[in-house]
Amino acid sequence: MSLSLGVFNSKIIALAESDKDPNPLRHDMAKGKIVAGCIAPHPPHLVYAENPDQNEPTSEGGWEQLRWGYERLRESLSEIEHDVIVILSPHWQTYVGTHFLGLENFQSLSVDPVFPNLFRYHYDLNIDVELAKQIHDNAEKAGLAVKMMENPDFRVDYGTITTGHLFNPKWDKPLVVISSNRSTDYYSAEVMQEMMIELGRITRETIEESGKKAVILASNSLSHRHFTTESEIPEDMSKEHIASHAMHLWDMRIIDYIRSGQTQRILDEMPEFIEQAIAESDGGGLSWLISALDTPDYPAILHGYGTIIGTGNAVVEWPCYKHEEGSQ
Amino acid sequence: MSDGEIIGSYIVPVHPHTYLVPEKNPGWTKLREAFDEAALRIKNSEADLLIIYSTTWPSIIGHQIQADPNPEWVMVDHDFHDLGSIPYSFNIDSEFANAWNEANHMRGLKSRTINYYGFPIDVGSVVALKLLNPDNAIPAVIVSSNVYANRSETSVMAKACLDVVRNTGRKAIAITAMSLSNRMFTENIDPADDKIHSLKDDEWNCKILELMEKGRLEDVGQLSRTIQKQIRVRKVVAFKPMWWLSAMNDNRNDLTGEVLAYEAIHGAGAAVIHLDPASCGTGDKEYDEDDVEYFYGDRSVLDSNDSETTTIDEEVEEIDETISTEENGPALWEPTTADGSVNSDSAPKPVGAYPHARRVGDLLYLSGVGPRQALTNSIPGGPIHDEDGEPLDYDIKAQTQAVIDNIASILEEAGSSLDQIIDVTTFLVDMKRDFQGYNEVWAETLGKIGPTRTTLAIRALPTPIAVEMKVIAQFFD
Ligand SMILES: [Fe+2]
Repeated sequence: MSLSLGVFNSKIIALAESDKDPNPLRHDMAKGKIVAGCIAPHPPHLVYAENPDQNEPTSEGGWEQLRWGYERLRESLSEIEHDVIVILSPHWQTYVGTHFLGLENFQSLSVDPVFPNLFRYHYDLNIDVELAKQIHDNAEKAGLAVKMMENPDFRVDYGTITTGHLFNPKWDKPLVVISSNRSTDYYSAEVMQEMMIELGRITRETIEESGKKAVILASNSLSHRHFTTESEIPEDMSKEHIASHAMHLWDMRIIDYIRSGQTQRILDEMPEFIEQAIAESDGGGLSWLISALDTPDYPAILHGYGTIIGTGNAVVEWPCYKHEEGSQ
Repeated sequence: MSDGEIIGSYIVPVHPHTYLVPEKNPGWTKLREAFDEAALRIKNSEADLLIIYSTTWPSIIGHQIQADPNPEWVMVDHDFHDLGSIPYSFNIDSEFANAWNEANHMRGLKSRTINYYGFPIDVGSVVALKLLNPDNAIPAVIVSSNVYANRSETSVMAKACLDVVRNTGRKAIAITAMSLSNRMFTENIDPADDKIHSLKDDEWNCKILELMEKGRLEDVGQLSRTIQKQIRVRKVVAFKPMWWLSAMNDNRNDLTGEVLAYEAIHGAGAAVIHLDPASCGTGDKEYDEDDVEYFYGDRSVLDSNDSETTTIDEEVEEIDETISTEENGPALWEPTTADGSVNSDSAPKPVGAYPHARRVGDLLYLSGVGPRQALTNSIPGGPIHDEDGEPLDYDIKAQTQAVIDNIASILEEAGSSLDQIIDVTTFLVDMKRDFQGYNEVWAETLGKIGPTRTTLAIRALPTPIAVEMKVIAQFFD
């Protein structure tokens, strides 16, 4: 294990002690909470298939199983009040710590560098800078390397925009957007998990302190082996299937844990899952999500599963609002 | 038009510090001065094209080539956004980009051109073009780095580029935008404290630079996987740019190398290196890997009837893919037509512009015929090697019989038949292994008819087959 992690651990202990000081703000307002946590994958194909006004290319549909899954997710949460959506996106890849979008509004054109033929989306999104900064500050106090992103020319990554659109096509709620620290690549999946479990805890506690109601989204696929070819018509569903049987088995194993409330097992098996299924949870999103939900032991709702150019994708909701007794 | 060529190569670092804040660290200043020196050398050369392979532009569906003649935007780095923004407006040679794309297809590669307003040009390409070509005087092309590409795909892609450089008479500069060791500090640092992340990284970088100073580019290419494992972050998959750059220089090991600067950028190994094609006289190299001309990669993953399980190894690049015989080989052509030509739907598609056969008087000359199947392009008895050129077991008897069946189809189309064959020249890629099996099938078939025969051993055939026959038949009334 790296030296820097040792330093980071000792700082956490320091925080735990200083945290005994009561925060006056915290007692003045109602306690905030995470009302739901979701796996909300971001393949641009899904936005392409929906033909929203914001996206330039047009399609004949495709990937309906997953899009219906997103529909069920939106329906499921339509009556659940929330103030903010917190997203961890594996396509804002940062090597120097974890970053947070730090300006009130971002508007631009997002062109996917990998699938520019499918995704050229005109976005206009608002950030809850206050909450982003609070999570940033608390993470910094805990010894994590963090940075606020305050450059107005910055283009928001297409993963954030895709997940943002699919979860909330009206874009009427502010976001907190958290980058994906590449610690799996730099160190190991184990180090990544320690950092993300810590960031998850900080995210939960900060949301509680803030008095806000939040939905949190891990924007990642499950197994992540792509095809290296694209069919003539990208939305030709006769060409879509999982990349290999091994990938399918891994996806089903993880989904089984998701549906039976065994999130601790997901954390335990994460290093193998990442290595053997090239899982996109290497970016930390899923570990962060599970930790932020306090490692729930109740079943999550699987709203949909499908493949996109061979990768496995699940739309999943942990309905925290139904389990408030059991959660913090 | 004189033949085109690569008149120089440069290796340059990717991070934005050298462009935005060179003054904040003496090492960054030195890198910037080296960039400026390289820009001057390029300006004073006869270069008319800059070709950039960038490790900070990943792709999944083959390779992507920038073809927007004037891409414009403001680039902000994902990590170092606090250093500032880089507005850009580049001069891209879209004609060359399209020709390269076509040349890739001719060599069996998947690739596409990119021409979309607002496409985010990657930080490595932006920094390289801003600093090496400050007034956009020389048109450029940029190619992505495919995350799944292996050595053969990467170097065949370079050879396709060279095809176009040569055919169009260009004087081109090849540039790789890359780090050496790419491990950065994972926390914010004071610019004054920047240094190579670890001593081990520094030592490997120095070894690479020592080889570069001696012009031993292909040796660095051959060490690519080792270097990747030692000093590179795993996600980037391989030290691929050296495969590409070496192939762009005909896999030479005797270039004239000069390291213009070597410093750290946030821990990563950053170097500006110039490689001149002039021979420096030390040319020894030992090939561990084949020199591949065509890409025979697996391109059948979309076929849902292909249900073999993929074996997952530790790294993405090591994924053991099932070889598709259906699509294993160079691009296929429709047979051409000319006076007296004979073409058959029941014979395999040509791999170039030629007919299946041509009649002159009462003689029928056949183009070389192999065992590939007309409809599926599959090879009875199996292909002789996989996409990496790794040998596969195959059945020479099945291949030989398939050749003869294909010959029969062409003869039948011409109104002839096997018993009218008068002369055969056979090409075998492995005489020692295959002569006996081939000879047995021959004895049972053409041997009973009695044409004259010559059998030659040759190094390779364009598709992964072991046997091909060249046939002359006569129309006996
Ligand atoms: Fe992704």
